[in-house]
Amino acid sequence: MADDLLVARGLVVAYGARRSRLLSPRRSQPAAVLHGVDLRIGRGETVGIVGESGSGKTTLGRALIGLVAPRAGSVVFDGTDITKLDEAAMRPLRRRMQMIFQDPMSSLNPRHTIGRILVEPVRLHGLARDHAAALALVREVLDRVGLPQAAIHRYSHELSGGQRQRVGIARAVVLRPDFVLADEIVSGLDVSTQAQVLRLLEELQRDMHLALAFISHDLSVVRSICDRVVVMQEGHVVEEGECDRVFAAPQAAYTRTLIDAIPLPVLDPHWLAREASVEVP
Amino acid sequence: MSKTRLSVDGLTAISGRDGGRPILRGVSLGIDVGEVHGLVGESGAGKSTIAKAILGIVPSQVKITAGRIDFEGLDLLSLSSTSLRAVLGRDIALIPQDPLTALNPSRRIAAQLTDGLCLKRGLSRRDAAARARALLEEVQLRDPDRVMRCYPHQLSGGMRQRVLIAAAFALEPKLVIADEPTTALDVTVQKQILRLIRALQERHGTSVLFVSHDLGVVANICDRITVLYMGKVMEQGVAAEVIASPRHAYTRALLAASPRYDRPDAGLEPIAAAVIATLRSEIAAWDAGASDRVARHG
Repeated sequence: MADDLLVARGLVVAYGARRSRLLSPRRSQPAAVLHGVDLRIGRGETVGIVGESGSGKTTLGRALIGLVAPRAGSVVFDGTDITKLDEAAMRPLRRRMQMIFQDPMSSLNPRHTIGRILVEPVRLHGLARDHAAALALVREVLDRVGLPQAAIHRYSHELSGGQRQRVGIARAVVLRPDFVLADEIVSGLDVSTQAQVLRLLEELQRDMHLALAFISHDLSVVRSICDRVVVMQEGHVVEEGECDRVFAAPQAAYTRTLIDAIPLPVLDPHWLAREASVEVP
Repeated sequence: MSKTRLSVDGLTAISGRDGGRPILRGVSLGIDVGEVHGLVGESGAGKSTIAKAILGIVPSQVKITAGRIDFEGLDLLSLSSTSLRAVLGRDIALIPQDPLTALNPSRRIAAQLTDGLCLKRGLSRRDAAARARALLEEVQLRDPDRVMRCYPHQLSGGMRQRVLIAAAFALEPKLVIADEPTTALDVTVQKQILRLIRALQERHGTSVLFVSHDLGVVANICDRITVLYMGKVMEQGVAAEVIASPRHAYTRALLAASPRYDRPDAGLEPIAAAVIATLRSEIAAWDAGASDRVARHG
């Protein structure tokens, strides 16, 4: 498609190439986590990245925003291959690529107020000429994500899980990014809180025309909020396509297995006994 | 007629840390022989507290202020710790949520599985080992001899959970408390584990109290369901009825909030303010009644 914002080609990522004589006397081979992954995300598009633990979905997300360096392949963001950039050249792009983390408790500094957590990146990226201007932007974004103004003076431990994740979202969108990576951002939340957070994310995504990579193990959530889905297994993309198509007629046996394994709150006396279409290790 | 194995009656508890905040509000539920009973609710609903009360392991800041837990004629809450210990493990077993922290990292699986068999069943080490191996086969672990020699970190999450299920069913308990046993697992592994728990439970006629936050899981494994909100039972009934035609607004709201791949336009519905108001007033009404009762008796 013409309007691609982010295009990854042939991504190979491997971990653990370092040699540790103490732990393993032989030189350890780096373990490949991604084996040549292709992915594209259009402007304003929401793409779900699904897979089970060890599938490489988190690593793929990190490679997309330049947090891990691939051993091969390219990540082109708005025309620039970010894998070729050094830190200084990368910095202006960082504002445009933001991330929302899984666990807001560990990704928000416990010693800083929410105000400081939100003002700092605004100042750092030069979006406001002084503290007052930055604070005004922060006040605006608090309204936008449904947090009370009083949150400015609170610490993360004083907020509920849902409120903390709203702070995580606020920190990402306050910088007016083009692309947001959301890695399992609702997996620790109750269903009612999850519904609120995801509705908010959908709204922001639409209003700000964000491209969103939504990493999740929950296919029901992905089906509800994503346009397209990429199914990963052991570092490979095994299936990719529009959600409507993939969920109606999955091509890969693994996709079918994943979908069949989701317990739905409906009466299906045969679900439990139904065997997987491919064997699960 | 089905026979009741466990009955919880009017269980009420406060958490002392916050100056006696109520955390269980007169919870009653019964589990029949051979029944899988689902306990669902969001965080703070009191699901785990109920499980812990049955196991006699409520944290020190929690005080049970009223109610009974009757297990086949034994009043569990009034048993001495020695008598309770005789019942636990042998007649009541636990499948914990996190299969990694529940196993001792420095001991092999064989040692951890045989302890209970030697202590509670009086088996010799050799007989216990043979029984443990058979149990690992029963939970469909592929190479039971190798698993016996392994330390927990050498096994995957799914394998560790199978080991813990083997341990829970080892002494042929009458009641198994499964506390979010699949929350940490991938969906494909979760399905296998659910199938395994159901198969073992049916084979041995075990009663199971299945604690979960996931209505989808509960709908597919439980015979009956209790829905909790802030320590109070909101709805209780046969699983098929609670899921297909929920009577309480909270159950309906939970179902509407659950995302569903089969109906992408339904689900993810935040709970309406009116429902939250109803819930709050039900809780407040109970609390007012409770303080009346305390006042009258005190």
